[in-house]
Amino acid sequence: MTHFSAFSLLKNALTGHKNWTEQWPDAQPKAEYDVIIVGAGGHGLGAAYYLATQHGITNIAVIDKGWLGGGNTGRNTTIIRSNYLYDESARLFDHSVDLWQNLSQELNYNVMYSNRGVLMLAHNVHDVQSFKRHVHSNRLNGVDNRWLSTEECKEYCPPLNISKSSRYPVMGGALQERAGTARHDAVAWGYARGAAARGVDVIQNCAVQAIRRNDDGSVAGVDTDKGFIKAKKVAVSASGHNSMVMATAGVRLPLESMPLQALVSEPVKPVFPCVVMSNAVHAYCSQSDKGELVIGSGTDQYVSYGQRGGLPLIEHTVSAISEVFPIFNRMRMLRKWAGITDNTPDRSPIIGKTPVPNLYVNCGWGTGGFKATPGSAHVFAWTIAKDEPHPINAPFTLDRFRTGRLIDEAAAAAVAH
Amino acid sequence: MLLIHCPYCNETLPELEYAYAGEAHIARPANPSEVSDEEWAEFLFMRSNVKGIHYERWRHLHGCGRFFNAVRDTVSDKFLTTYEAGAPRPDLDTLVNTPAEGGK
Ligand SMILES: Cc1cc2nc3c(=O)[nH]c(=O)nc-3n(C[C@H](O)[C@H](O)[C@H](O)COP(=O)(O)OP(=O)(O)OC[C@H]3O[C@@H](n4cnc5c(N)ncnc54)[C@H](O)[C@@H]3O)c2cc1C
Ligand SMILES: [Zn+2]
Repeated sequence: MTHFSAFSLLKNALTGHKNWTEQWPDAQPKAEYDVIIVGAGGHGLGAAYYLATQHGITNIAVIDKGWLGGGNTGRNTTIIRSNYLYDESARLFDHSVDLWQNLSQELNYNVMYSNRGVLMLAHNVHDVQSFKRHVHSNRLNGVDNRWLSTEECKEYCPPLNISKSSRYPVMGGALQERAGTARHDAVAWGYARGAAARGVDVIQNCAVQAIRRNDDGSVAGVDTDKGFIKAKKVAVSASGHNSMVMATAGVRLPLESMPLQALVSEPVKPVFPCVVMSNAVHAYCSQSDKGELVIGSGTDQYVSYGQRGGLPLIEHTVSAISEVFPIFNRMRMLRKWAGITDNTPDRSPIIGKTPVPNLYVNCGWGTGGFKATPGSAHVFAWTIAKDEPHPINAPFTLDRFRTGRLIDEAAAAAVAH
Repeated sequence: MLLIHCPYCNETLPELEYAYAGEAHIARPANPSEVSDEEWAEFLFMRSNVKGIHYERWRHLHGCGRFFNAVRDTVSDKFLTTYEAGAPRPDLDTLVNTPAEGGK
């Protein structure tokens, strides 16, 4: 594995970029592993990386039915923030934002984390009250978030229309300055490269068909397109397909899978300095380094695994963007796509043990799990290695749906990204 | 845009007229006070989330306002049939083997 540095860049530039070595081998499955992780998204690859670097477990396979990072990790609008209302969520997401700060250095791979700030607009009295409540609750939890007046919003994000006569007037906003965006693919690639360098096998184009169990109920391994692979522990991190994979082990989950869409515009010069979210109008947008506006849409209302999404949502999104940012209303959209998101009833994830011994699950990230990738992977690795949750993910059990101790960010946020 | 057939209005109309209402044939426990926490969790939260043929509820929100059931393939999003609430699950074999009428 080549170490990336200014020097290696220069050297390879001088030799016409012909001598870069492969970043990770195309591994084929061995007969047996200590840990098999199902799903090579950011969460699965990251868990393998932290198992290898922090828990000394390297006999690991990360198995994906497609190519690594081809799921929601490579399809999202890359908004990173941690200004969640409840204590449990604030701890989990802020742990992640902490890890984002130095992730490029840690992985020796540029994930292009950009703390350009996330500004959430308030358009009515209810928004103002609810965002201020978030600001106060975040501050009590040590999470950065502050209230901006209408004029301060305009100063922070000049393209905003703050006219009082607009249909959705800006009455202020909550700003998290530590929040921002990152390069989604690079997160998967960086973790894959780091894990592979420590001996982890990343096996692509190999669907896990079923989880096999021993007579005593514990996990035996997985049946795949490439045959049975034995494993001491199996950890499932398959986003939209978690219900399907876990059902093969007899575990039912409180999930509904729905397509979530995003779209990008034609590229233009830098006009948009931060991320802006407008929950009430349901418009959110940022500008990529390539110059495209990156715009997130909503989920279809029904369960679907058709990775397309319905056109009514795109129409709604584009009209919302035009309302909030009239300057963009003549921009052409280049392409749109969808990913299948797994949504829990309280819109908080489930990270932990399952009723099946040695089977772990990291699911329910729904429409908002990219931001959590490093933090989630870190605590999931801990849970797998020690067979007990890290204090940060301890509240995010599957059992909370039995005890009723929900972490109801759904009620707190109205949308979750 | 999905086209959905309301079995009450007997019309096939755009998705925007309808609201999705979750998995179908999940009966509320008859004696709530006798139900265990596990059974409540199952009733309230656990869903089959099928990739394939799915039984689900819809409501004709901007029409007759009534709830009905549907059988839909969650990969192609194609409706196999819709039927009135309270009616038993239609037989899958006959549904899959009879070509659906346009839009139904
Ligand atoms: C359009 C869109 C916009 C979004 N915007 C944001 C945002 O702005 N901010 C944010 O924080 N989050 C956002 N999200 C959510 C975020 O993308 C996800 O929560 C997160 O990326 C999930 O990562 P993951 O590693 O768990 O899953 P994925 O990256 O989806 O990885 C799961 C992997 O499992 C594999 N898999 C599935 N079934 C099997 C099987 N049977 N065998 C083997 N492999 C299997 C899949 O191929 C896939 O590669 C968005 C999502 C979408 C779709
Ligand atoms: Zn009707």
